[in-house]
Amino acid sequence: MSTLEIRDLHVSVETESGPKEILRGVDLTVNSGQTHAIMGPNGSGKSTLAYSLAGHPKYTVTSGEVLLDGEDVLAMTVDERARAGLFLAMQYPVEVPGVSVSNFLRTAKTAVDGEAPKLRTWVKDVKQAMDQLAIADDFAERDLNTGFSGGEKKRHEILQLELLNPKFAVLDETDSGLDIDALRVVSDGVNRFAANGDKGVLLITHYTRILRYIKPDFVHVFVGGRVAEEGGSELAEKLEEKGYVDYVGTPA
Amino acid sequence: MTTDTAQQAQHGLTEHSHGAGAPDHGGSAFDTVASFDVADHVVPRGREEEWRFTPMARLRGLHDDAPLDGHDYEVSVDADPKVVVETVEATDPRRGSSGYVPNDRVSARAWAEADKVLAITIPADVVTTKPTIVRLRGLSAEKAAAGHVVITAERFSQSVVVLEHEGSAAFADNVEIVTHDGARLTLVSLQDWADDAVHLSHHHVSVGRDAVIKHVVVSFGGDLVRTSVTLDYAAPGGDAELLGLYFADSGQHLEKRLFVDHNQPNCRSNVLYKGALQGAKAHTVWIGNVLIRPAAEGISTYELNRNLVLTDGARADSVPNLEIETGEIEGAGHASATGRFDDEQLFYLMARGIPADEARRLVVHGFFTELINKIGVPEIAERLIATVERELALGEGLPAAATTH
Repeated sequence: MSTLEIRDLHVSVETESGPKEILRGVDLTVNSGQTHAIMGPNGSGKSTLAYSLAGHPKYTVTSGEVLLDGEDVLAMTVDERARAGLFLAMQYPVEVPGVSVSNFLRTAKTAVDGEAPKLRTWVKDVKQAMDQLAIADDFAERDLNTGFSGGEKKRHEILQLELLNPKFAVLDETDSGLDIDALRVVSDGVNRFAANGDKGVLLITHYTRILRYIKPDFVHVFVGGRVAEEGGSELAEKLEEKGYVDYVGTPA
Repeated sequence: MTTDTAQQAQHGLTEHSHGAGAPDHGGSAFDTVASFDVADHVVPRGREEEWRFTPMARLRGLHDDAPLDGHDYEVSVDADPKVVVETVEATDPRRGSSGYVPNDRVSARAWAEADKVLAITIPADVVTTKPTIVRLRGLSAEKAAAGHVVITAERFSQSVVVLEHEGSAAFADNVEIVTHDGARLTLVSLQDWADDAVHLSHHHVSVGRDAVIKHVVVSFGGDLVRTSVTLDYAAPGGDAELLGLYFADSGQHLEKRLFVDHNQPNCRSNVLYKGALQGAKAHTVWIGNVLIRPAAEGISTYELNRNLVLTDGARADSVPNLEIETGEIEGAGHASATGRFDDEQLFYLMARGIPADEARRLVVHGFFTELINKIGVPEIAERLIATVERELALGEGLPAAATTH
């Protein structure tokens, strides 16, 4: 069993008027086999949490710790975190022209596993994962995220999740901008990943819509850079009805 | 723009601030002196708008009055059997058929001095199966030489022509590219000169009705290489893609100038030039001028220049200019960015477990591969990638550009 522990995490960003604190003491523990939903209004710091876990240079951790099976994640470089078993499905995947999807996937898989995948099984695995996510074959020869539609980018993030097979997946608003068919396809992918057992999912979302397809074991309401309330999936139902008005004073 | 700052400019419209010092035709700021008579073009001194980036002392007098009567070069031709390649006299009517009139002294001098013309003709309706490759190999940079090439893509022909330059030379030339109705032509000019070469080249493209031209300039070698591409449309419906790739090493000056003249309705132009620089005093210049005349209704144009500064001490200048004289267009825009490789791209790759140095290598290779793929000529793609690899290997020992965040 694996554990991802976030303890009293404080994170700030550099602004023109000096550093601004976004995360104000986040405590959260995800064990493998669990799916946690983090829900919150815009600007509550949800994405900052996601990017801070992955080690984006824009965010500065001022105090607190993040441990993956007791290992200090914050001391690791971005690539070390990924190789340790953390995966961030990004809200806005970055375009990298001139690097093909197939080259990228093979390079990432080799880096994460520490050895090149066996060619025959790899080609088959990629094909199968693409088929399950309803991704066309010619996709592999396209430039990474370049000119992809919003839906294609999100499917491609989940394709990587399934192929790289990390210990913990952080999904940053993977549902945003998806139509209902794409949402179902992407949710199925996340559920397949979670069903491998021994996997943890941290699902960050603004809306409850995706929770019809991915059932969370725990729901955390995120407001003002920290967890304001925690509960089971019934908390999501309450948010569905009332929105975030109880937490922020105005409908969000 | 300097090496240690990443700068971005993105506009749909920019005010032109570059008076050309030319006679006022009551028109565009891009107006320049156009004349076949060398005497009409005064010797530039380096203060002129068109020459302000160019190190005049390294021009070997090509812009002044150095004789252009050298013949220290060899030309070899590997043509598709359906393509006609001939050496003809300067009086041949194909010379001047693009409508080009020399717009600077070097071009006018090359026009006056070139005693032969290389004429490449793709006959009407011919679809070629292999690229026609003309290789010019300079044997010495001692004596300067002048050249003239006319490429004519007749009605509905479809072909690829590659002009390669290598060896040592001091060379001034004019290249006319004429596409007739419905022709599709890819023209690649590749400058892979030796370190001492100086090459000033003027290309003029005339785009026929519904013709599709892909014009590509690739510059690797040479001490100083300055290419000027002017393009206009002979009729409506033309489509021009102008691509450029350049890689400047220590001490090299590579200058890329473009002028797209939207003088006809319902045409399209798309410019993408990408450059990389490494080493002390590597200098690249990109000037992209686009003029949309009142007649050019329904056109769309976009130009983009990206420069990747790999080490400190290099300098990339990038100046896009867009002048719009009619609002009845589909779209017009430009963008220019110069800097180190993109930190967000690095983050994305590293977030998938790829180590920093490998991620950097992927991003840099991708920067070039994107453009090489767009050229779409497999016969030269492999060689271009190999040349990029060689250039990158040269730079490996140099200190990397400072981080920007």
